[in-house]
Amino acid sequence: MSVAAVPNSLRAGPDAEGHFGIFGGRYVAETLMPLILEVEAAYTHAKTDPAFKKDIEYFHTHYIGRPSPLYFAERLTEHFGGAKLYFKRDELNHTGAHKINNVMGQALLAKRMGKKHIIAETGAGQHGVATATACALFGMTCEVFMGAEDVERQKPNVDRMRLLGAEVHPVTSGAGTLKDAMNEALRYWVSKAETHFYIIGTVAGPHPYPAMVRDFQSIIGEETKTQMMAAEGRLPDTLVACIGGGSNAMGLFHPFLDDVDVEIIGVEAGGLGLETDKHAASLNGGRPGVLHGNRTYLLQDDDGQITEAHSISAGLDYPGIGPEHSWLHELGRVKYVACTDDAALEAFALCSRKEGIIPALEPAHALAHVGTFIGDRPKDQIVVMNLCGRGDKDLGAVIPQLEAKGLI
Amino acid sequence: MTTFDSTGRIEARFAACAAEGRGALGVYISAGDPDLATGQALMNGLPGAGADMIEFGMPFTDPMADGPSVQAAGLRALAAGMTQPKVLDMVRAFRETDADTPIILMGYYNPIYSYGVERFLDDAKAAGVDGMIVVDLPPEEDDELCLPSLRKGLAFIRLATPTTDDKRLPSVLRHTAGFVYYVSITGVTGTVDVPVEIVTRATERLKRHTALPVCVGFGIKTPEQAAAVAKVSDGAIVGSAVVDTIRMSLDADGKATARTVPDTLAFVKSLADGVRGARV
Repeated sequence: MSVAAVPNSLRAGPDAEGHFGIFGGRYVAETLMPLILEVEAAYTHAKTDPAFKKDIEYFHTHYIGRPSPLYFAERLTEHFGGAKLYFKRDELNHTGAHKINNVMGQALLAKRMGKKHIIAETGAGQHGVATATACALFGMTCEVFMGAEDVERQKPNVDRMRLLGAEVHPVTSGAGTLKDAMNEALRYWVSKAETHFYIIGTVAGPHPYPAMVRDFQSIIGEETKTQMMAAEGRLPDTLVACIGGGSNAMGLFHPFLDDVDVEIIGVEAGGLGLETDKHAASLNGGRPGVLHGNRTYLLQDDDGQITEAHSISAGLDYPGIGPEHSWLHELGRVKYVACTDDAALEAFALCSRKEGIIPALEPAHALAHVGTFIGDRPKDQIVVMNLCGRGDKDLGAVIPQLEAKGLI
Repeated sequence: MTTFDSTGRIEARFAACAAEGRGALGVYISAGDPDLATGQALMNGLPGAGADMIEFGMPFTDPMADGPSVQAAGLRALAAGMTQPKVLDMVRAFRETDADTPIILMGYYNPIYSYGVERFLDDAKAAGVDGMIVVDLPPEEDDELCLPSLRKGLAFIRLATPTTDDKRLPSVLRHTAGFVYYVSITGVTGTVDVPVEIVTRATERLKRHTALPVCVGFGIKTPEQAAAVAKVSDGAIVGSAVVDTIRMSLDADGKATARTVPDTLAFVKSLADGVRGARV
């Protein structure tokens, strides 16, 4: 949970209107405004309620399986020949990714608000599966909006959601990916304003979602701090995480923002390369705009029309990014880089072979970037990478490509 | 209501309709749907078909408050090359044929933000625009566009919805100018039929809070519904049913046909006849 703000802290945002500098805000239709305000009021109350904190801790320990291990990746460290590499193992959470951390928080909030019907959007399906899981656990109905293209490339997750009792709505508008799923979920929410709670899966959307999702994901960074002190007696030198909307990254980064000696790197999906128009790197290839309730960096054309993102990873295939990341980017506190589809595929195979861990394509992007610099760092330095999801869901899409590359 | 240096067209038109003892008919089309030339012909033909006011859609890739009909209309326009500057070109061309019909730009914030707020407001006013409805700018974000717009003399027309309760209504109405747009359903455009008895009560509620005209939209599909709504409010706004008429006139490739303009204007005339037949 969020810690009380100290003056001049980078962790104090957002302001009362949900702004991180010029980013964030509440850019939604009037129909949604009363709902957003209701969620904000409920969350403001819940986050200071010890009973709410206790509920979350109970499910962290007994249901999700927290704390997730902080694991010294010895064989990869040896392979790269530089600084020590640790993985924060959030792929070991129940449902196989970090998404459940946030979902559990929001589902418990919905329960406190007396809402029994849940809506979610999903890209790779990890957030959809986590939401379907929590809804099964709490006896809530669950409707998940998923781009039709993603329904195709992430079939195992679609089946999981159905098995868990959720209804999956394939979205065919636009390119049929995460952006379009979010549009459709917002439209549906407008029509069910009185009865439904929308569990947004990343640190984006109208205030209070970016801050709320960040708070629920910050357990990743808080545990990392404690575990690193126990393992090495000091903070790490560098943190690395992949970024689509940016929730796993914000969860790892946020508790470290005021630790100025810790270098922080976010890795966007570079798709076929930043020099092409086939990527999902909002910070490296976009500019500020307003979409899905917040001002943030967006992929858009000269006329302000949103352009389609591209990534081999459905979870990173989004033309925007959480507003707090846009703010940290402009402040320079976090360095944002990009990695291509090809590099992510190679890291996917490498991690499987060297560590016996099949990563999701999303953290494979982070690992690919780690590989570009860690070998040059002194051996007494420490890098922590968020291994935020497991790769079972990606095998259908990845195996043919790995075969074509001769990597298996 | 904030006082501002209005273009005067909106006020004059509502006064004229009131003098005729009827509500106004607002017609929504997406600028440049299905293509620029056909879209211009449609726009120019609307006043003659009986539209009292034009809600001129600025196409956007991600219209989160719109249903399938208006989404599709915007995408048709974008595919045919519509841009923000061309939207204003169309308004300018329309003003050469009609000096009085109010034009309300309707859409989403990002294309305006991308254009540059101050420059957009200057260009829109010079082109002959009277006001704006920007769906994703609630009162919480008034500094973005609403207040700059009022300062330039363009009405910023706010949506009030069934979820806007009495406590929130004053903040929604505070900087609203021109008229108030009551969204008759909790949903996206064009998906549910307008519930006339609820609209009656809602209009009465709004009237207790504002002296501005109250227009109603989202869900008006037939001349009968337009007539019923115009009877209990100051105006009915029809969008999805109009752009559906455009869609049905297109050929298999989605291109305009000889039927597109006459069919659409005939439908608008039927709406106008309904509204004019519903004098109170």
